[in-house]
Amino acid sequence: MSALNRPAQIFIGLLVLGAVLVPWLSLATSPASHLHIPEYVVTLVGKFLCYALLAVALDLVWGYCGILSLGHAAFFALGGYAMGMYLMRQIGVRGVYGNPTLPDFMVFLGIKSLPLTWWGFNHFAYAMLMALLVPGLLAFIFGWFTFRARVSGVYLSIITQALTYALMLSFFRNAMGFGGNNGLTDFKDIMGFRIDAPTTRAALFSASALALVLGFIIARLIVTSKFGKVLVAIRDSEARVRFLGYRVDRYKLAVFTISAMMAGLAGALYVPQVGIINPSEFAPQNSIEAVIWVAVGGRGTLIGAALGAILVNFGKSWFTGALPNVWLFALGTLFVLVTLLLPRGLPGLFSRKPRPLKGLPSPGPSSPIGEEPHAAS
Amino acid sequence: MPPLKLTQSLLYLDGVSVAFDGFKALRGLSLSLDDGEMRAIIGPNGAGKTTMMDIITGKTRPDSGEVLFGGTHDLTTMDEAEIANLGIGRKFQKPTVFDNHTVEDNLLLALKAARGIWSVFVARRHAAGNARIDDILGLTGLGDARSTLAGGLSHGQKQWLEIGMLLAQDPKLLLVDEPVAGMTDAETAKTATMLKHIARDHSVVVVEHDMDFVRSLNVKITVLHEGAVLAEGPLDVISADPRVIEVYLGR
Repeated sequence: MSALNRPAQIFIGLLVLGAVLVPWLSLATSPASHLHIPEYVVTLVGKFLCYALLAVALDLVWGYCGILSLGHAAFFALGGYAMGMYLMRQIGVRGVYGNPTLPDFMVFLGIKSLPLTWWGFNHFAYAMLMALLVPGLLAFIFGWFTFRARVSGVYLSIITQALTYALMLSFFRNAMGFGGNNGLTDFKDIMGFRIDAPTTRAALFSASALALVLGFIIARLIVTSKFGKVLVAIRDSEARVRFLGYRVDRYKLAVFTISAMMAGLAGALYVPQVGIINPSEFAPQNSIEAVIWVAVGGRGTLIGAALGAILVNFGKSWFTGALPNVWLFALGTLFVLVTLLLPRGLPGLFSRKPRPLKGLPSPGPSSPIGEEPHAAS
Repeated sequence: MPPLKLTQSLLYLDGVSVAFDGFKALRGLSLSLDDGEMRAIIGPNGAGKTTMMDIITGKTRPDSGEVLFGGTHDLTTMDEAEIANLGIGRKFQKPTVFDNHTVEDNLLLALKAARGIWSVFVARRHAAGNARIDDILGLTGLGDARSTLAGGLSHGQKQWLEIGMLLAQDPKLLLVDEPVAGMTDAETAKTATMLKHIARDHSVVVVEHDMDFVRSLNVKITVLHEGAVLAEGPLDVISADPRVIEVYLGR
């Protein structure tokens, strides 16, 4: 299986086309023209592209390796915070308190000097590096303990959920030094450009599309390699992989860390487009929604996961405008229906090729310490 | 200086005991297997056959006792992957193959090669590996199913595929747990032929309930009972042993 097969080429082609065409249609056409794309649409779709990248990252661990992470939004939010910290430091004297180094909330809280965690975030490159490294490092440490202890199945899912919840509670605290409840907002510039300028919006859209292309290509290279075959094998029969001599914990750790970094990149591109990052991004609900995107689009497909994210979020935008009270019920129903009837997501409706696929979250009890000792036979 | 060889046997278990929640699955099990030997292990349910395999492959740690491979490697200190790379392959009681991979990919994953993440990521198919896969497909009679997803195979074919995966690993020792459970007579006969072929250049330990199958293998037999060896020898000696008749054959 080639990494860039026909569907992958089409997907990448469309994204690259979009990255060029959408800014042009938004900026170079007159608002009266039929082809004109309003700025708010550019930003909305740009946001969806970040979600799509998060979905690709999640699909890589869940769809291919069977790690159902219910905390992937944590990595997304951490990437977002890294970008937010850069954007905060760009405000400078234009803040309410006019402090050249300290963001407003620090002045307000009586913090006298810049905390160590904020050092270097005035440099864009450093902030972007942190947007990748911090989620990656957290995933690595988390995975180091859980995968080596052979925590898997629902137990792992619950711990990932606890991870994001714990982060949410910590970031709510003012003492953490990341703006507490209010988070980070009132951004002015990004790389010297006004953050709300139509050209900046368009550039962020293109950057998001290209980031999705990059993440998708990396994911395709992984899943089409022998490494990817090992991941699928782990999903289907972890013990067999181990007895073949593969170190399952290291494979899981590698793919989980790569996935977290992808999620971090998605979060970093998301924040300048929505203009705010606060602890609610860590809410368990966000991670669960991401799981629904992937389930709807089809696990283990990458493209499906990305399209699922975009489709569900269009649905969300429409519903929250038209029938705001119904959205959560619609989302829940969608998840239940897809889980019960369409284990391969919506694409499963159109594909006739039968394919054995294990049940959604790995069924059956799996012990937190791996396999229980066999009763002797 | 090469480490001192403590025994000439390929596999050497001495006084191995293990208990689960007070249940003594193995009590002082001792067993020795020569290089190139094929051995059948029989015993009633609860005799400790699978537990023994779990200990040899690193899935379970014994409470006490020695487990040596090749006379030098202490298997009680190693994990499953290390033991597999040392040259011990294992077939589970329930056929365990990768359902969402083709038969060919199942064998490809099992094929002896570097197991590190990076070398696996950059690994490419090569002629020697392809030839080996073709050999195994021939031996296991799965040539026509090469591109079939393993999940679509029959029970018997899955068992053969798993044996084929063991072969692809090219281990020194194969542990085969109940290979003919649930097979038709014709499939059982084919499996026996396959295992005898494999035993020509590998050491094999077969755990099996099916006495006809064990008879057809025509090898030395070890009878386990309540976590220890009850008797050992050729089938006619075993079947004449009054203790064996009492606990196993008599039922």
